[in-house]
Amino acid sequence: MFYYLSLAALLFSIGVFGVITRRNAIGILMSLELMFNAANINFVAFNRYIVSDGPIGQMFAIFIVVVAAAEAVVGLAIVLLLYRNWQGIKTDYINIMKW
Amino acid sequence: MTEYAYLIALLPAFAFVAIVFALRWNEKLASGFSILMILISWVMSIVVLFETIGRHGDVYEAWYTFIQFNSFHLQIGILIDALAAIMLVVVTTVGACVQIYSLGYMHGDPRFSRFFAYLSLFLFSMLGLVLANNFFMIFIFWELVGLTSYLLIGFWFEKVSAANACKKAFITTRMGDLGFLIGLFLLAFYFETFNYLEVFDKVGAGGIPLWVLTAVPIFIFCGAIGKSAQFPLHVWLPDAMEGPTPVSALIHAATMVAAGVYLVARSMSLFVASADAAMVVAIIGVVTSFMAASIGLVQNDIKRILAYSTVSQLGYMIMALGLYGVDTAHGHHSAGYVAGTFHLMTHAFFKGLLFLGAGSVIHAVHTNDIQEMGGLYPKMKTTSITFMIASLSIAGIFPFAGFWSKDEIVMATVHHPIFMVLTLMIAFMTAFYMWRLCFLTFFGKPRDQHRYDHAHESPRTMTGPLVFLGVLAVSAGWVGIPWLHHGFSSFVYHGEPHHAAPSLLLMGGSLLVGLSGIFVAYLVYYRRIISPDKVAQRFRPIYNLLYNKYYIDEIYEAVLLKPIMAFARFMWTFDARLIDGIVNGVAFLTLVWAAVKQWSDTWIIDGMVNGAGWVVRMIGGLLRYLQSGSVQFYALFIAAMVVLVILAKFELEYTTLNWPTMTIIFIIGIMLLPLLSRLTSDRSKTAGEPENE
Repeated sequence: MFYYLSLAALLFSIGVFGVITRRNAIGILMSLELMFNAANINFVAFNRYIVSDGPIGQMFAIFIVVVAAAEAVVGLAIVLLLYRNWQGIKTDYINIMKW
Repeated sequence: MTEYAYLIALLPAFAFVAIVFALRWNEKLASGFSILMILISWVMSIVVLFETIGRHGDVYEAWYTFIQFNSFHLQIGILIDALAAIMLVVVTTVGACVQIYSLGYMHGDPRFSRFFAYLSLFLFSMLGLVLANNFFMIFIFWELVGLTSYLLIGFWFEKVSAANACKKAFITTRMGDLGFLIGLFLLAFYFETFNYLEVFDKVGAGGIPLWVLTAVPIFIFCGAIGKSAQFPLHVWLPDAMEGPTPVSALIHAATMVAAGVYLVARSMSLFVASADAAMVVAIIGVVTSFMAASIGLVQNDIKRILAYSTVSQLGYMIMALGLYGVDTAHGHHSAGYVAGTFHLMTHAFFKGLLFLGAGSVIHAVHTNDIQEMGGLYPKMKTTSITFMIASLSIAGIFPFAGFWSKDEIVMATVHHPIFMVLTLMIAFMTAFYMWRLCFLTFFGKPRDQHRYDHAHESPRTMTGPLVFLGVLAVSAGWVGIPWLHHGFSSFVYHGEPHHAAPSLLLMGGSLLVGLSGIFVAYLVYYRRIISPDKVAQRFRPIYNLLYNKYYIDEIYEAVLLKPIMAFARFMWTFDARLIDGIVNGVAFLTLVWAAVKQWSDTWIIDGMVNGAGWVVRMIGGLLRYLQSGSVQFYALFIAAMVVLVILAKFELEYTTLNWPTMTIIFIIGIMLLPLLSRLTSDRSKTAGEPENE
């Protein structure tokens, strides 16, 4: 179980790092997917080793995959609009919510 | 008609209101309306007089209660007895004559309409005063008379002397009114009523303290002293000559000064109850009369002579009334009451005539100084003849009006030899100065040729009233012929009617005195046998004393005015220095205090508010860098926080650090973060765009 959790933590950290550092909106979305998948691994691992009666964790993982797909759609739609409005998808431009 | 008698007073009031509010822009209409109203009043007065005669001594009284206290009530009402009826006729007659006369005299005056409005108001006041049925109401009208006389004496207020004269008249009479008012207070307190008849009943019924019975009439007489220009307060009357001459006629003959005599006659029942009070009245009267007559001997201003003659004649009436009170209090019969009221009536006619005649003369020659006149008789026949009729009347020559009333007055003094001697001396002086005036004005050589050439007879509106009053000045006395059984004395009386037996001796004596006065004047001023200058030279001190009117004005100036002025000046200084100082000091302290408060407001109160704002703003200024608008930075922040929370959790569990310390570390971390983000964003900005791709 340690390896699973370590893998998940690694993946999550890579995802966080990617979300924070990527300047490309597509890259951010991809990093988000990494974080989702890290969570998925955790769910599956916990389902396998700790709560083993029934496939609750696995169902959750599949549920998350579905939600992530939907979320990716929305995210890509936003990115598309960003591109149209800013002629680019670099997140540095998108600071109109600044102070 | 008697029930409508209140209209007699109200019609002139109506004329006043109408002129003031509607008619004053049209001079003809204003004066005509005013005269019409007084003529209606006049006719009504005559009807009322005859009805009163028909009632044989019953009085008519009607009132309505004005203010009601527990048992004390103030009334507005009218009381018509013989005295009031006679006075009504006298006032309206003279008033009507004066108004018609004013048409000519005031012609071309810029305030023509206003003059008639004032005259109407004046007549309203006087008629109201005559009609009043209680002391409260008479006081109101009394003051109204004072007010209107002030307005009329000061009618030509552009003249400084007129402005001063009206002030003098008003203030001087106010002195007397103060006494009157005190009398009224005493009356209200001890008699608990103001109604004449009730007061007189209570006097007769007894139960009033003796000192009140003495004090009340004396105080009420104070009012009469002021209004009727008796001795200490007579100084205003000669100065009142500054008013237009018709006003002088009105004031002197029928209204203002008659009010005082009327008041004394009206409240005679009070004087009868106290011989002392009545004696005061008589002495004041005779002193006034003698003094004024002697001053009149040497004056040169035609109106002033007439003014002193008025004062003197009023003194006569007052003396007669006072002597009546004395005699009746001692249980004697006396002709004084009849004499006083009778003389009041005849005097009104001939004195009105004298003033109107003097006005006519002044109108013609434009001067008041009789030394500049002379020889006017051929030029002004009507004026001269009527003036001389009046002079004969006032000198007491048979059969003119003044003879009969003066005779009554002499008869009133039979119990008091000193008074009788003085009365006869006054009669002599009166005859002398009146005829001195006549001779100097109408006869002899013109002393000022220019004025003489300019002189002319006055217009009809002026001579008409002269003739009318001239007839009255002859005939008004005939109602009081002592042989007449239903004459004046059986109509106007106090208590019981009393017929004094006619005394040929007294009549002859007073006639002789009057004639001798005229004769001396004739010798001195017509024949010039005795030079007046030499006489004046011989008796220089007396002449100066008389010429300067016994120095009474100067004495008042020195004794009253100077100290009062000094006191006023002192008080002014006191005011300016101390009172104003206090006020200004308080204001100054307030200013200082306000400055302090403003300073504290600006710097402390506002400082606190602004300081709070400033602190918040500074914190906001620091914290705002957190809101960089970069979602990634927020994510970093969240992640960092999570890490911190986890670290803190471990630290708390495994080290000695406690919550407060951790909170401080937290806050410092949060403060540091914006700086961090600023640095990063700055770097990213300066680094340019193609950084990452």
